[in-house]
Amino acid sequence: MTPALYNFILKTADDCFILGHRNSEWTGFGPFMEEDIAFASMAQDKIGHAWLLYKMLDENAAAAETLAFKRAEKDFKCCHFVEQPIGEYDFSLMRHFLFDHADQLRYEMLMNSSFEPLAHFAKKFKGELKYHTMHADTFILQLGNGNEESKARMQSALNFCLPLALGIFEVYEGEQEIISQNIFAGEKVLQEKWLEKILPIIKDAGLQMPDMATLQAVNGGRHGFHSDYLQPLLKEMREVVDAFPDAIEW
Amino acid sequence: MYGNGYISPEETAKQKPDPLAGEDLQQLALFEERIARGEKIEPQDWMPKEYRRQLIRMIEQHAHSEVIGALPEGTWITRAPSMKRKLALIAKVQDEIGHAHLLYNAAETLGKSREAMINDLLSGKSKYSNVFNYPATTWADVTVIGFLIDGAAIVNQVINAKGSYGPYCRALERICYEESFHLKQGHDALVHLAVGTKEQRAMLQDALNRWYRPIIHFFGPSDKASVHGTLLMKWKVKMASNDDMRNQFLDQYVPKIRELGLDFPDPKLNKNAEGVWEFSDPNWDEFFATINGNGPCNAERLAVRRWAEEHGRWVRKALINPSQKQVLPLS
Repeated sequence: MTPALYNFILKTADDCFILGHRNSEWTGFGPFMEEDIAFASMAQDKIGHAWLLYKMLDENAAAAETLAFKRAEKDFKCCHFVEQPIGEYDFSLMRHFLFDHADQLRYEMLMNSSFEPLAHFAKKFKGELKYHTMHADTFILQLGNGNEESKARMQSALNFCLPLALGIFEVYEGEQEIISQNIFAGEKVLQEKWLEKILPIIKDAGLQMPDMATLQAVNGGRHGFHSDYLQPLLKEMREVVDAFPDAIEW
Repeated sequence: MYGNGYISPEETAKQKPDPLAGEDLQQLALFEERIARGEKIEPQDWMPKEYRRQLIRMIEQHAHSEVIGALPEGTWITRAPSMKRKLALIAKVQDEIGHAHLLYNAAETLGKSREAMINDLLSGKSKYSNVFNYPATTWADVTVIGFLIDGAAIVNQVINAKGSYGPYCRALERICYEESFHLKQGHDALVHLAVGTKEQRAMLQDALNRWYRPIIHFFGPSDKASVHGTLLMKWKVKMASNDDMRNQFLDQYVPKIRELGLDFPDPKLNKNAEGVWEFSDPNWDEFFATINGNGPCNAERLAVRRWAEEHGRWVRKALINPSQKQVLPLS
C-alpha cells in the first residue's frame, strides 16, 4: 500500500472513529428516548466503519486496536469538526447532518474506486448512511421550521458548524496521487457535490446560508494538528487500557 | 434489567383496606376465570381498578429501571478497552433504552402517559430497581453487571412473561431475547478478565465483592408472608415470590462464578440439603435506605436524568405539532 493510499484511508477512518466516539456519548442523554437509540445506532455504524478501514490498513487483528488505543495524538488525521465535544443537541444534530451528507457522498464516489477493497466496503457503508442522512434531514427540517427557539438554535449551530465542516475537505498529503490513480476523485469534487446536496435542505429548513466566501475552513487535522479536544478524548478512551499495561486481551 | 415488583411502604399505606371495594363482582368473577384459564388480558378488556393500578406501578418501575440502568454502564462506553467491547457496550446500553421504550408503551396502554411516568421518576415519586443506585467503579463492574445483573433480570423477566397482561408479556418476551445476548457479552467480557492478568482478575474479584450485596437485594425482601402478594399472584401480576426467584438465580449463577475460581464474599453462601441457598443477613436496612433515596448514587442518577430532560426540552417542544394527536397507544 502506498503512503498516499494509507494516509487517505487513515484519515477517513479517523473521522469515523472519533465522530462515532462522540455520538456514543449521547446514549442515555438524548432529548427523548428515540434519539438516544438513533445516536447509539449511528455511533455503532461509524465505529464499525472505522474498524473495517483500520483493518484494511493492516490485516493483523491487533493492528486496529493499536491504531485506536495506542497511537499518538499527532498521528491521528481526523478533522477538527469530529473532535468537538457533543455540546447541546443542536450542535450534535447539525454536525451529524453536515458530516453524514459528506460521508455518504464520499462512499458513493468510492464505489467506483480503483482500489477494490474500498469500492467493496463503500457500497455497504453507503447503504447504512442513507438512513443516517434520512434521520438528519428529518430533524433539521422539523427543528428549522419548528418554533422561534428551535429555529434560532439551528441557525446558530449552522453558523458555528460550517467553518468546521469545511475542514472535512482539507487537502492531505498524497491527494494528487490518489486522484491520478482513480482511487478517489478528490476533496474539491466532494465539497461541490456536498454543497449541492445540503443547500436545498437548508433552504427548506428555513435557515440562512452564510456567505461561503467569508468563511475560513478550520484546517490542520489532516496534517496532525488538532483542536484541544482530541487529547482529552483519547486519554478518556484509553483509561482502562493504560491502567493495565500487561493485559493482552479484554 | 429489573428485579421485581417491589412494593414500597408508602404504596402499602396507600392500599385501601379492601382493594376490591366497589367492583362489579360478576365482572370480577369473569375476569378471574379468564386469568385462571391462562388467557391474556388486553387493554380494552374490563379489569379491576386495583389490577390496573398495580400493573401501571410495576411496568412503570420496570421501564424506569431500564432508563436508569443505562447510566452506570453508559459511563463506560467511552472507556471500553477494545473496539469489540466498545461496539458491544453501545449496543447493549442502546437495547436497555429500547426496553424502556417498549415498556413505557406497554404502560401507556393502561392510561398513564410516558410524560407523566417520566415526571414521576424525576420527582422521586416512582421507584426503580435498587441495584442501579450503586456505582460502576471499574471496567470489571460492567462485566459483572452484564453477566450477573442481566442474568438476574432474565430470571425475573422470563417468569413475568407468563403473566396475565398481554402488552407487558409481549414486551417481556422480546426483552428476554435481547437480554440473553447481553448475558453472553457480559459472560465473555467477565471470562476474559478471569483468565487475564493477575491485575485483571483482582479487579474482577473486587467488583464481585462490591456487587454481592446489591445482587442479593435485587429480588427484593422476602415476601412469602405478604398478604398483598396473594391477590397479585392470583391475578398473575406477580408470578413467583422474591425468595423463589432469588434462589433460582443463585442456583444458576453461583456455580458459574465458582467455576472460574472466584467467589462471593460470604462464607455462609451455600446450598442446604433441601436445595435452598442460604446466605448471611444482607442488611435489609441498607436496601430500604437506598430504595427511599439514600443510596450511594440516587441523587446522581436522577440529576443526570433531569439534566437530559431539561436540555432536551426545547427539542420536544419544537416537535409538538398540535394538529397531530396520537389517539391510540402504540403497544
